[in-house]
Amino acid sequence: MAKLTIADLKKIKETYHASQALREGGFRVKITVHMGTCGIAAGARGIMNVIMEELGKANRKDVAITTSGCAGLCSKEPMLTIETMGEPPVKYIALTEDKTRKIFAEHVLAGKPVTEFALVAGHETTY
Amino acid sequence: METTYRSNIMICAGTGCVANGSLKVKDALETELIKRNLQNEVKIVLTGCNGFCAKGPVMVVYPEDIFYQMVKPEDVPHLVEEHFIKGRPVQKFLYTPPTEKKTIPVMNEIPFFKHQVLRALRNRSLIDAEKIEEYIARDGYMAAAKALTEMTPEQIVAEMKKSGLRGRGGAGFLTGLKWELCARVTGEIKYILCNGDEGDPGAFMDRSVMEADPHSVLEGMIIAAKAISAHYGYIYVRAEYPLAVHRLQLAIEQAKERGLLGKDILGTGFDLDLEIYQGAGAFVCGEETALMASIEGKRGMPKPKPPFPAVKGLWMRPSVLNNVETFANVPPIILNGADWFASLGTEKSKGTKVFALSGALNNIGLVEVPMGIPLKTIIFDIGGGVKNNRKFKAVQMGGPSGGCIPHTLIDTPVDYENINKTGAIMGSGGMVVMDETTCMPAMAKFFLEFTEDESCGKCVPCRVGNKTLLTILQRITNGEGREGDIELLLNLSQQIKDTSLCGLGQTSPNPVLTTIKYFRDEYEAHIKEKRCPARVCTPLVKFVVDQEKCKKCGLCFKNCPVGAIKWEKGQPAYIDQEKCTKCKTCIKNCRFWAID
Repeated sequence: MAKLTIADLKKIKETYHASQALREGGFRVKITVHMGTCGIAAGARGIMNVIMEELGKANRKDVAITTSGCAGLCSKEPMLTIETMGEPPVKYIALTEDKTRKIFAEHVLAGKPVTEFALVAGHETTY
Repeated sequence: METTYRSNIMICAGTGCVANGSLKVKDALETELIKRNLQNEVKIVLTGCNGFCAKGPVMVVYPEDIFYQMVKPEDVPHLVEEHFIKGRPVQKFLYTPPTEKKTIPVMNEIPFFKHQVLRALRNRSLIDAEKIEEYIARDGYMAAAKALTEMTPEQIVAEMKKSGLRGRGGAGFLTGLKWELCARVTGEIKYILCNGDEGDPGAFMDRSVMEADPHSVLEGMIIAAKAISAHYGYIYVRAEYPLAVHRLQLAIEQAKERGLLGKDILGTGFDLDLEIYQGAGAFVCGEETALMASIEGKRGMPKPKPPFPAVKGLWMRPSVLNNVETFANVPPIILNGADWFASLGTEKSKGTKVFALSGALNNIGLVEVPMGIPLKTIIFDIGGGVKNNRKFKAVQMGGPSGGCIPHTLIDTPVDYENINKTGAIMGSGGMVVMDETTCMPAMAKFFLEFTEDESCGKCVPCRVGNKTLLTILQRITNGEGREGDIELLLNLSQQIKDTSLCGLGQTSPNPVLTTIKYFRDEYEAHIKEKRCPARVCTPLVKFVVDQEKCKKCGLCFKNCPVGAIKWEKGQPAYIDQEKCTKCKTCIKNCRFWAID
């Protein structure tokens, strides 16, 4: 792989931002499964499998799945964050496979957040 | 002539609401209306089932069309006074439809998130740790680029010193000063080292950073390497952190492939090679000279200082060792400047600190807060308070090297100076919260068992001293404490602190010293009265039910696994000493502290 220069860094930042930003990437929804040690220990892999399975069944091309580390609230794992275009990201806590299926059907596919399993919406304060 | 009423109360008299007492509410309303002389203004109507039986008794008040739920007869006087005399609906009984009430709260409505400011954890939840592009997209490696192209080593050191960042491993030494000491030493080969040997029970800050954002550590190390002119470095991680090791390894490979590590980084001519060294998990290897000995392939034991590692460190070469969280803090300082960093925090403790909350709290997790935040905010707002409605007793900060801070000092601002004043230490960020069911001498014993086990054995005060401390604590918790043991503990602790070779021994008596300082009465109860106030030390518990405190609920009876408890409804419980195995199940289940 070619070595990067500082100009390349900036380019990656711009292009990657574009693909991360839902609109430009052609995605409507981004699902982040929190897979730090705490999440994995609480069953995040099972949650990830359910999402993959449901996405396969739904056969949708507008849903992106990604992982991330510990979200900070280890006692409420497994957790996932769902970001829909134009809406603040919603964090779901203490998930089970059944809850995840419901969230997938209602929030990811139908665009209606499942309030009963959601903890919070919005971005954390960084910097 | 028909009377015109100004108001109608439609009380549901369906089966559900009647079962819930709606007729009693009607009677109470009638009485109250007459009492207030409103019987000619307000009319009571009984209706059929309203359909909302779950919230019964329910009623609707016309003409306002206000729906009240779950009204009890004793609530009626208040309701009549407020609604029919003062003319304002009673909020408490108002029914809010689920669709309106149940909105998802936003971040600053939830105390757990509201008080946090993420700097070291700035990419938490936002990036995939295994994709370098996602890190770069969040300004990743821009600080390294700036340091390598626009800044001299002196400028980097000056910026770091100005920022006031102090070592996040626990001791709180100024990071910029540490780098300056090493930068001044001439030497062809220098090493930049990262301490990921997080070993305190109850601490997981560094693991989380390495797992969630490994590139932030690598970038911090590149900047530090430039500041001290090092071209080689190690990240020392314990093998018990397999996911951290995996993600760091992946991060190093990705960075190397893209020319962000290795030769000629970003075409600037600067070289840095990084490698992971997996430790076997010895606590003492978190001490810098022992860590270096471990990397050298020797037994992990500390060396006397001086010479300091900045002069003669790894393989006798000048070295700088910083903690994971310290390195994660570096890139934003270089990118945003020292003033930005110092804008948060207190006079001598700048920026933020990551804490791992554990123990008897409702919210267990990883939090990052500005320095100087009151301990109370961390425990009660962010941590959500103590579990099971128990009382907060103390918090252990700094793990086995730290001390406990009692409930009386809950307002202490969390920064290096104020925490040190209490006798605890900031430490690397572990906070273990304890409730009233924790016995403080037993807690001190737990940590001494840990340090006694982890002592490397090189120096006598730590090897023999800690063992002796433990022996005394064991006899106190066994009910064999002697008059004068407290003084003996204090005296010995001070000697161990003064004469031990490294930080392990110099801090290991802290849990003993602080528990005696704040909970001396518990030690005295153990020694003089042969009593454990928290009912933890089994040899000191009598397993007798206090007949006055017993509320006759029978919970102990229902939970006793060996049938040693005699109880009948309405009678206090009694424990059969012959059958009792002293398992303490009854004590754990008793809600009234009635068993001693």
